[in-house]
Amino acid sequence: MKSLSFDTTNALCGGILTAVGLFFTWQAFNLELGTAFRMGPGYFPLMLAVILTLLGIVILVQSARVQGEPMGPIALRGMAFILPAPIFFGLTVRGLGFVPSLFFTALIACFASGRMKPLMAVALSLALTAFSVAVFSYGLGLPFQRFGPWVQF
Amino acid sequence: MELFSNLALGFATAASPANLLFCLIGVLLGTLIGVLPGIGATATIAMLLPITFQLEPVSSLIMLAGIYYGAQYGGSTTAILINMPGESSSAVTAIDGYQMARKGRAGAALAIAALGSFFAGTVSTFLVAVFAPPLTEIALQFGAAEYFSLMIVGLVSSVALAHGSIVKALAMVALGLLLGLVGTDIYSGTPRFTLGIREYADGLNFVALAVGVFGIAEILRNLENERTREVLMAKVTDLMPTRDDFKRMFAPVVRGTIIGSALGILPGGGAILAAFASYTVEKRVSDRPEEFGHGAIAGVAGPESANNAGAQTSFIPLLTLGIPANPVMALMIGAMIIQGIVPGPNVATEQPALFWGIIASMWIGNLMLVVLNLPLIGLWVKLLKIPYYVLFPIIMAFCSIGVYSVNSNVYDLYAVAFFGLVGYLLLKLRCEPAPLLLGFVLGPLLEENLRRAMILSRGDPTTFVTRPISAILLLIAALVLVVVFLPSVKAKRQEVFVEED
Repeated sequence: MKSLSFDTTNALCGGILTAVGLFFTWQAFNLELGTAFRMGPGYFPLMLAVILTLLGIVILVQSARVQGEPMGPIALRGMAFILPAPIFFGLTVRGLGFVPSLFFTALIACFASGRMKPLMAVALSLALTAFSVAVFSYGLGLPFQRFGPWVQF
Repeated sequence: MELFSNLALGFATAASPANLLFCLIGVLLGTLIGVLPGIGATATIAMLLPITFQLEPVSSLIMLAGIYYGAQYGGSTTAILINMPGESSSAVTAIDGYQMARKGRAGAALAIAALGSFFAGTVSTFLVAVFAPPLTEIALQFGAAEYFSLMIVGLVSSVALAHGSIVKALAMVALGLLLGLVGTDIYSGTPRFTLGIREYADGLNFVALAVGVFGIAEILRNLENERTREVLMAKVTDLMPTRDDFKRMFAPVVRGTIIGSALGILPGGGAILAAFASYTVEKRVSDRPEEFGHGAIAGVAGPESANNAGAQTSFIPLLTLGIPANPVMALMIGAMIIQGIVPGPNVATEQPALFWGIIASMWIGNLMLVVLNLPLIGLWVKLLKIPYYVLFPIIMAFCSIGVYSVNSNVYDLYAVAFFGLVGYLLLKLRCEPAPLLLGFVLGPLLEENLRRAMILSRGDPTTFVTRPISAILLLIAALVLVVVFLPSVKAKRQEVFVEED
């Protein structure tokens, strides 16, 4: 008997897509389907969700046949610092205001790289904040509050 | 001659001082991000999209278009000097361009790339001007069924031209379409897939999705293994190609322009495919094929012309049908909608100044690029020395500002982080994000036209095959699908994309 070999990347990909497809299918069933003549809000999404699920299963099945290349390194440190940056900006831009919020957003993002020195990170974030305030707030006149209610005395 | 009066109107619009300025800003920015590896035109345009809201519609579209084709120019500079494509479409240029640079002919290689691109840009701008109006005439007769079928063709071709597995690309289209449907159903007002979050009732923000999937995912990939870039030379001398160079670049440039113009119209990353097709053709027709890979002039001139021609002609489906040919064009549609312009065949008749202004600005922009870029090469080379770890905090800050300023919705920022993660996951799973974005943009349009067509036909699905234009379009879509699944084509397709990697 031949040993069963999996392409892990594709198996994972197929699995995830199947799961996402099933999730959308389940959600679409809660919507009114309607008829082909007068389609309800759920008709077209249900069609797509079923197609997605089927394609996910096809990928899953195919993954058992071929051996693919490995996935390669994963940027864990990058994810740990890059992804929170916009979330932080979203959480604080109203409270702290544009200037401090942007400074800390840039600072957080700086630490995604192992090469960035702390002093350099602060300097870069300061310069970036100054530039952005000049261009976006004063230059283009975007309606941001520069300092929010949390930092006003 | 209607063409000439139209072009005159276009040049009058594009040559106004304000529009010239925005065109210049666009091409300079485009070159800048094209030169810097790691930031693509898609992410940059997505970031700058909100900022252009304040501008006139014409100016903002001229600037965004400038960024797109400016990036094609800039990408070749990086490819030639550091053997690393600044833009994915200049990946082929790196093969022979870098070899020329190593032989001390970097200046000539850069000049050949620039002149080839300019020639291709001129010809393809003219093609856009010639072919756009008649296509518009045809498109004006389209009904809901035809639009539905046309979008199917677009989606299917984006699948055919995507890298890697076709099944995965199809799945990406389906996922993109589903994500595009998030929000309130237009007919019944029912919220769909919003997970109860009221802020997503207007749908997921397109800019957030594009920035996440193309910008943030790309940053994460670059952070996997950080390397120091080595710039080949600080000084680039002897810009002028010799008479012999001119003789040897002429035919490849012409062939590259033809290939690029044809492939650019097809949906799904036309410029990239055009460059590869041109390289393959040049290698085959050359009487000195052994030179390829060791600094062949044709290997730089052909693909560079092709990718620029492809970048220009991908505006044809956008301007005539309102259907995007690639992610950047999808962003242009987003820009038009935000400016209150409904993309589609009506743009040419209702807003002739906008329509022809964009076309004319492309030629002006190309001219600016040739005139400016060759003398500015020293500056671009200096920029290449900026380390990547300085760049990405800047990108992150601009992303956050850009996405937030679209409609001051903090949930859009959470969506950016989420789609950044999704985009990175897709990269890791070897799924192409371009079909996903295309699906996302076309999702609501596709559903609307499907429902309208079904109501018009009183629930009879044969309407799609009994209306002739619709039937022909669906036949094309089916043919494309059959062809990409044919074993021989499948093997060939893999070959093309392997060469690319």
